[in-house]
Amino acid sequence: MKTHWNIMVVDDEEVMRESLAAWLREDGYCVDTAVSGLNAIDKAKAKEYAIYFIDLKMPGGVDGIETMMEIKKIHSEASIIIVTAYATVDTAITAMKEGAQEYIVKPCNPEEISLLVDRIVKIKNLQRENTILRKKLTKQYNFYDIISKNSKMMEIFALVKEIASMKSTVLIQGESGTGKELIARAIHFSGDRAGKPFVGVSCAALTESLLESELFGHEKGSFTGATATKKGKFEIANGGTLFLDEIGDISSKLQINLLRVLQERKFYRVGGTEQIDVDVRIITATNRNLAQAVDEGTFRDDLFYRLNVINIQLPPLRERREDIPLLVNNFIERIAPELGKEAMEVSEGALKTLMNYNWPGNVRELENAVERAIVTCKTKMLTEEDFTFLSHSHEQKQWAIPEQMSLDELTNQAITATLNRTHGNIKEAAAILGIDRSTLYDRLKKYNLPRN
Amino acid sequence: MNAIYLAAIGNVDERIMKNLETNVWQVFGFDVQRTFPFSDPAYAFNPERNQYSSAVILREMLKQKPADAECIFGVTNYDLFIPMLSFVFGLAQVSGSAAVISLARLRQEYYHLPANDALLRSRSVKETIHELGHTFGLTHCADTQCPMSLSNTIQHVDRKGEDLCKNCSLILHETIQQRHGAHNAVEKL
Repeated sequence: MKTHWNIMVVDDEEVMRESLAAWLREDGYCVDTAVSGLNAIDKAKAKEYAIYFIDLKMPGGVDGIETMMEIKKIHSEASIIIVTAYATVDTAITAMKEGAQEYIVKPCNPEEISLLVDRIVKIKNLQRENTILRKKLTKQYNFYDIISKNSKMMEIFALVKEIASMKSTVLIQGESGTGKELIARAIHFSGDRAGKPFVGVSCAALTESLLESELFGHEKGSFTGATATKKGKFEIANGGTLFLDEIGDISSKLQINLLRVLQERKFYRVGGTEQIDVDVRIITATNRNLAQAVDEGTFRDDLFYRLNVINIQLPPLRERREDIPLLVNNFIERIAPELGKEAMEVSEGALKTLMNYNWPGNVRELENAVERAIVTCKTKMLTEEDFTFLSHSHEQKQWAIPEQMSLDELTNQAITATLNRTHGNIKEAAAILGIDRSTLYDRLKKYNLPRN
Repeated sequence: MNAIYLAAIGNVDERIMKNLETNVWQVFGFDVQRTFPFSDPAYAFNPERNQYSSAVILREMLKQKPADAECIFGVTNYDLFIPMLSFVFGLAQVSGSAAVISLARLRQEYYHLPANDALLRSRSVKETIHELGHTFGLTHCADTQCPMSLSNTIQHVDRKGEDLCKNCSLILHETIQQRHGAHNAVEKL
């Protein structure tokens, strides 16, 4: 593993420079040398070095600390060892404050240097391994850009694969930001229609007449402003998939039109007389409870049954909290380079904050939160401090104990809810509740609760 | 065919030099020649440290390297250092043509123990193979029994054996073959 890492020795004194380089080369490292701070900065621009040995006192206007600061701007990941013959507490503090990994006084014991370099290389190897594993993990849990290891989501992925090549309509339901369009895309791109168009329309964004024209197209002169004949989304999506988002928001008139297309696979353009045949798979999505809308009479039951042939219910993020670390890492990997930031990490504390948050805006809100944190973060580590805005952005719902609830009832409910959340995993539930497993078993017995 | 040249830097016990000559020939398979003894390396002396700069000695040896030398190997009684480290047992140019070892810290007397000639000979053989190995491109070996493993203390030196491990032997053999091949090609021209 050693030869993967390049080392740079920066010293104006030739014997010092070349002898240390020779000694490190004996250990199998690729070592380059620089005669001055400026020379080192130039070389750092051309090649990446994992470790820099930089002499503190160098002539030519750029001393060791300044060299280190410039190199850190180019390669923030680099480990820098400041070398000096005359140690003072002040310089040591300055060096460490500015980001030096070590501050050593020459001459050193050879064993000390070997251990130091070995330790840095070990950390770098682990960091690299960690990055590779994280990428592998994300890949493993990545289904058409939807990242999850949650059991409910896995069932959805399996269902998506199963129905991908069918023509049946699909109704995707879930809160805003749960990834309904991504599921629609996954259905389209994993099926026979993958080579054909996927056309998405947000039904809530347009007025009734505009949406009608958008979906079915219009003939020239059919209304004021219709200066040319225009194909609708149904025609554009021919052979492929039409994704109608926010379907719960369409008007009664459009509900009838849509029902007709679903029944006959034929329609007329607005103002048109020619019947147009289409082969389109329809996937719809909504964050509304359509069954309830049917009961309330705001949504046609016949259309609902037509749309709801295959139903997919996407869980909100708060019900798949185990996905949060995976999602966060994935967002960091994608967003940080887009924002011109180098590789970033997320601290345990920050993950804890994110895991405990309720995420009313679901995955979309998480993505935005990570992006905002990356923008404002001054270091390479996202900490809980970078997510303090979450506590202000949404008032966390205050949970109140129902009136006349006994302690036993409260305990019973807490255990039931936790076991539901952990899918019956006793060890996990006990850890969340902060009690021993044996105590949890006692309580289950006491309240006559099932394990699952 | 080129030879490996051994050079005593300052006054070095002839028995040590003879023993190294035999061992170098056995391990590296090149002719082993002796240069005229080099004088005391006063040019490399650092009065503040009371030690000799191994890098400066290497540089001087390279200046005096015979034309047919595959590499030149120096042995000295003086304690060696590089500016960064408090001492070195030896220093080599990796894949280069010069290396040097110091006997100073290989002697039991340095550690206030009774002299032991056999142990000194064995330690000097290990360090010679180690530093010459570097000139043939070998780097530090993870096998602590192999003379190519890194030794920062005399205990590390004693833990090593005199025989190269299988991997290092193979790499050395390949390098030597390549160098012989290159020399033969040059001779034919």
